Amino acid sequence: MSEQNTLTYARVNDDIIRMLDKPTFKWWALFLPTLLFVGFGLFCFIYQVHYGLGVAGYRHPVFWGVYITDFVFWVGIAHSGTLISAILFLFRANFRMSIYRIAEGMTVFAVLTAGLFPIIHLGRPWNFYWLFPYPNQRELWVNFKSPLLWDVFAVSTYLTVSALFFFIGMIPDIAAIRDRVTEVPRKIIYSILSLGWKGSNWEWLHYTRAYLFFAAFATPLVLSVHSVVSWDFAMSNLPGWHTTIFAPYFVAGAIFSGLGMVITLTVPIRKIFHLEDYITLDNYDGMAKLIMLTSCIVGYAYGIEFFMAWYSGSPAEWGQFYYRATGEYALFYWIMVVCNVVIPLPLWFKSVRRNIKILFIMSIFINIGMWFERFNIIVISLSRGFDPAAWGIYTPSWVEIGITVGSFAWFFMFFLIFLKTLPSVSITEMKELLPVPRKEAKT
Amino acid sequence: MSDKQGVLGIFTYLDVTIETVKKLRDAGFKNLRVFSPFPNHEIEEVMDEPESIVRFFTLFGAMLGAACGVGFTVLMSSDWPISVSAKPIVSLPPFMVIIFELTILMGALSTLVGLLVNSRLRRNAPRTMYDTRFSEDKFGIMITCSKEGVKDAEEILTSQGAEDIKFDSI
Repeated sequence: MSEQNTLTYARVNDDIIRMLDKPTFKWWALFLPTLLFVGFGLFCFIYQVHYGLGVAGYRHPVFWGVYITDFVFWVGIAHSGTLISAILFLFRANFRMSIYRIAEGMTVFAVLTAGLFPIIHLGRPWNFYWLFPYPNQRELWVNFKSPLLWDVFAVSTYLTVSALFFFIGMIPDIAAIRDRVTEVPRKIIYSILSLGWKGSNWEWLHYTRAYLFFAAFATPLVLSVHSVVSWDFAMSNLPGWHTTIFAPYFVAGAIFSGLGMVITLTVPIRKIFHLEDYITLDNYDGMAKLIMLTSCIVGYAYGIEFFMAWYSGSPAEWGQFYYRATGEYALFYWIMVVCNVVIPLPLWFKSVRRNIKILFIMSIFINIGMWFERFNIIVISLSRGFDPAAWGIYTPSWVEIGITVGSFAWFFMFFLIFLKTLPSVSITEMKELLPVPRKEAKT
Repeated sequence: MSDKQGVLGIFTYLDVTIETVKKLRDAGFKNLRVFSPFPNHEIEEVMDEPESIVRFFTLFGAMLGAACGVGFTVLMSSDWPISVSAKPIVSLPPFMVIIFELTILMGALSTLVGLLVNSRLRRNAPRTMYDTRFSEDKFGIMITCSKEGVKDAEEILTSQGAEDIKFDSI
């Protein structure tokens, strides 16, 4: 990391804490439209609650549509945050250090967004708490054999653990902000959040161990959560869903889409806040390599699905896949293939991996491609089941599109608030990358 | 108010800080704390603290989580025996997912408790012997000693080139 040699400990504090200065006009210019879209999403939801789920585009036989697509998409986005912060931490991959905080924040906000969709999708959303096992006057318990209930446990555990991991990682940095700010309300808030952190050897001893255990827990968790989400589909007997490759296929896709979103978010932040010394080309190179790997896995899954459908000898299975590539939804299928398999191919060249503009454009295509992947899996499979008499076409309604747009705004709203309230780059870990100050050179 | 005194020396260089810790130890000061802006193995080695016991919190939490997972699924399914997909009422393979998730959840929560309890992170702000430069670019050594030891401690800190020395009663 030769670019970082000009950095000093004090400059790291200055640069990162400066990001928390009073919001500028540009920030407000981004934030207010997000509020507007969140408001529109909320209006669509209230409209749906008032008139019932009929206002969504659900038509027989498709009763899982854009809402479940959004749910799986956002859970997927949430995955690379924990990959970068936990798995790459255990592998000691240094390129994670400057981007992991942003990725973790993205994880928490994406799970917060994802968690809304199963509730929005309910006919009576106010009864969502029936999903949790609690003693009730109806004297019944939840069905632990249902993958949908596994989802409740997996996603709520993921939200809790990723939020804790996010907060624990920030404690020393919040203490640095506490020591810097002088205005009373901010000083008090950061003092409370820093839990009285002093940076003593005693604190670091327990902190580093606890962080290691968090990473060790988060690693299997991140792999389990999207596997569980994939079993929502794979456990049911429907052509296109009932397959054993879903768990690794979904996890690879989740990491792929999440990394795409990390690039989409960090490129403008790097430019606006002048973080070129922190988020370096090496960091992007590392992420691009991971995107390359996961794109290959996803591409392989697309291919092997066809092979398995053909080799199974099941006309329903083969018919489903043939329909995906050639039927009414073929355009969406080919958008998915082009965005997720073809567009990332130039990443095999180093010059492309280190070209920020190309990476940014590519990352947007990846986001689009991965959204359509979920749409294709969910909607096309449902629209062509076993019985040709029960086939049908689903088109999203304006309410579903409004709530989807609102969910993107909801995510960006949290993200923009995060940028102005909490340190977006880890102050402590950036310092660990710098040479330690010594009076005499170490022999 | 006890008769213990705190002496805090502030340093720029890590090697000097470590050297000073060794000298203070040799001079008989046992109650030392080192402050740093980031975790460092050299400090950990020289301080030679016992291994963190957070790991036991983690282990206990994870085991409790697994037990809760087994308890929840088996007891609740038995209390409301409804046959689903021709599976037995108590069917371990689907319950494993719940057991796994609760193991992780409670393991993580107890790790948090272990961290808060053991590093005594329960206050809203640091206590008196602290310098805001520790969160930026300076290292610090805090010596807790009797009133008589203050002078000796100060001498060692000064001779080692401490940039700043602070005193307070603890």
